[in-house]
Amino acid sequence: MLKVRKLSVTFRTEQGMVQAVDHVSFDVGEGELLGVVGESGSGKTVSLLAVMGLITDPNAVITGSIQYRGRELVGMKPRDMRALRGKEIAMIFQDPMTALTPVYTIGWQIAEQVLAHEKISKAAAWQRAIDLLAEVNIPNPQEAVHRYPHQLSGGMRQRVVIAMALSCNPALLVADEPTTALDVTVQAQILDLLHKLRRNHGSAIVFITHDMGVMAEIADRMLVMYAGRVVERGTKEELFLQPLHPYTRALLDSIPPLTGEKPKRLRAIPGTPPNLLNRPLGCAFAPRCIERFEKCSAEPALGDGKNAAACFRVSA
Amino acid sequence: MIFSLLQRIGQMLFVMFGISLLVFLIFFATPGADPAARIAGRNASPEVLEAVRKSFGFDQPMYVQYLTMMKKIFITGDLTSFVNRGWKVVPAVMDTIPVTLSLVFGAAILWVVFALIIGIVAAATRGSWIDKILMMLGLIGISMPVYWLGEVMNLLTQSRYHDTWLFSWVPPLGYKNFSDDPKGWFLTLVIPWITLSILYIGLYGRVLRAAIVESLQEDYIRTARAKGLSETRILLRHALRTSLVAFVTLFGLDFGALVGGSALLTEVVFGLQGVGKLTYDALLNLDLPIIMTTVLYASFFVVMANAVVDILYMMLDPRVRTA
Ligand SMILES: Nc1ncnc2c1ncn2[C@@H]1O[C@H](COP(=O)(O)OP(=O)(O)O)[C@@H](O)[C@H]1O
Ligand code: SF4
Ligand SMILES: [Mg+2]
Repeated sequence: MLKVRKLSVTFRTEQGMVQAVDHVSFDVGEGELLGVVGESGSGKTVSLLAVMGLITDPNAVITGSIQYRGRELVGMKPRDMRALRGKEIAMIFQDPMTALTPVYTIGWQIAEQVLAHEKISKAAAWQRAIDLLAEVNIPNPQEAVHRYPHQLSGGMRQRVVIAMALSCNPALLVADEPTTALDVTVQAQILDLLHKLRRNHGSAIVFITHDMGVMAEIADRMLVMYAGRVVERGTKEELFLQPLHPYTRALLDSIPPLTGEKPKRLRAIPGTPPNLLNRPLGCAFAPRCIERFEKCSAEPALGDGKNAAACFRVSA
Repeated sequence: MIFSLLQRIGQMLFVMFGISLLVFLIFFATPGADPAARIAGRNASPEVLEAVRKSFGFDQPMYVQYLTMMKKIFITGDLTSFVNRGWKVVPAVMDTIPVTLSLVFGAAILWVVFALIIGIVAAATRGSWIDKILMMLGLIGISMPVYWLGEVMNLLTQSRYHDTWLFSWVPPLGYKNFSDDPKGWFLTLVIPWITLSILYIGLYGRVLRAAIVESLQEDYIRTARAKGLSETRILLRHALRTSLVAFVTLFGLDFGALVGGSALLTEVVFGLQGVGKLTYDALLNLDLPIIMTTVLYASFFVVMANAVVDILYMMLDPRVRTA
């Protein structure tokens, strides 16, 4: 349903051009859950904001192609994009504390989205808000619709944001680190909720996270991003059982074990991601890669297969 | 909500009491000064001095003096000016209130409407030449002294161009009662309204633009975009709505101060007998009872305006309501 080809997003800044997303290609099938994983700053958010048409920075240049059910989204008229956004493609953001407008009740904010896309009465939109709040397990929804965001906890607010995203039954849902800002028990509840909603609504989901542990629980297929590029793609099983790219392996090593004693410190990947301003020639991961060899001073390409990695150790 | 409202009103009454006490002490209990001599005015005869002492109860304890004073101002209203030979102070102040209120209310409507338009248009076109021109005009408006602007207005509309088609409708300076002559009331006030509001239009337009542009950076605006709302709706219902808190706070303070006498310069330039003008004249004659009454009136008004702002604030921002 979603076909992204050679998507690039470049920001003009005072220091120079920042290529935040570099020739990224991926597909999302109907009802599928695609996990996008990578360290912070790897371009996950920016690529999906581009899909949503939500990059408002006037200094951004977006090239490539994004096709949603056969319609091209890059360069689409803002008016047409608005009709799609919130109705067919919806988004859940990382920080529920600031994602809601502080001066309106949550019921009002959910109803507002429904009314923007559907010709129904205010009463019907309000009833939909109550039903949605019940669906995302908010206790006492009849009364909760009248609450303001500041009266709810972070977990409850994220449920509201999810309810809002689902309000028009979107075919595609983009969730940008929806559990990162929450504490662990709430995280698990929200993941369960997303599971359930996925079964009930059948929406395809693109789920962004930097946490491999979360990926293990929910993804069908995965995309590993590094420094604005896709470095590996494959099914969850392929990536977890036979990771091809050294970066994917390093990410897997940084998951805390599910059983047994937790190590005092997680094995973080040594080194830092490259500066996107003047990206070094050759493999972007080379400075941190333990398997680096002579060939790595050239640029490794990502193969076309369903399971592929951009690394000379793999495709050599 | 109701409870916070009552609480706020109670607080307001308490502050008013405190102010009246403070004003009384400053005027009548300053050590080393005989209040009777000051009320009686310069070169008063011993008989007058004696009359003042009796009438204000200066031979009695302090709290009786305070109560007598408050009774004269708020209950019997028979406070008398000795400098102006028996002029009743309370009715004199009461007469000036409609003048000042007419001036300030009209100007406030002008400045709120135009500042909203300027702030919203500039924020909607931020970065463009329209935005730049509007902000420039705002800055010019802020930097023109109201007294100078008033004189220029008078020069244009009363003398230089008065006989042209443009300004021949402008009546001579002065105030006309609304109940006697509504049309005259309106026409005499048009130029003063414009003069007084220009500063505030510039100031509020710029403040509002800055507040809206700041709101537009917030996460919830991105959520609103993700919902598929129109840019107009995002601007008016989300960014503007959350920016109004700053606007209302500022408005309450300025409005209170203006009604309390800060419109003095405008009143003087346009020959309007308002509260500011009355205080000004009383200061020139050292007319103590009038000064005291207008000071009390002014501070009460500022306190009331503040309470109204806080109540509006509670209505605008749900976070304050439940806090
Ligand atoms: N408006 C912008 N201007 C300049 N650089 C930006 C802008 N937005 C994002 N970036 C850069 O793009 C890169 C990718 O960011 P992001 O997609 O948010 O990473 P992730 O979501 O994977 O943590 C970062 O290095 C960030 O600094
Ligand atoms: S291309 Fe070379 S440097 Fe890059 S990940 Fe593969 S082995 Fe490491
Ligand atoms: Mg991100």
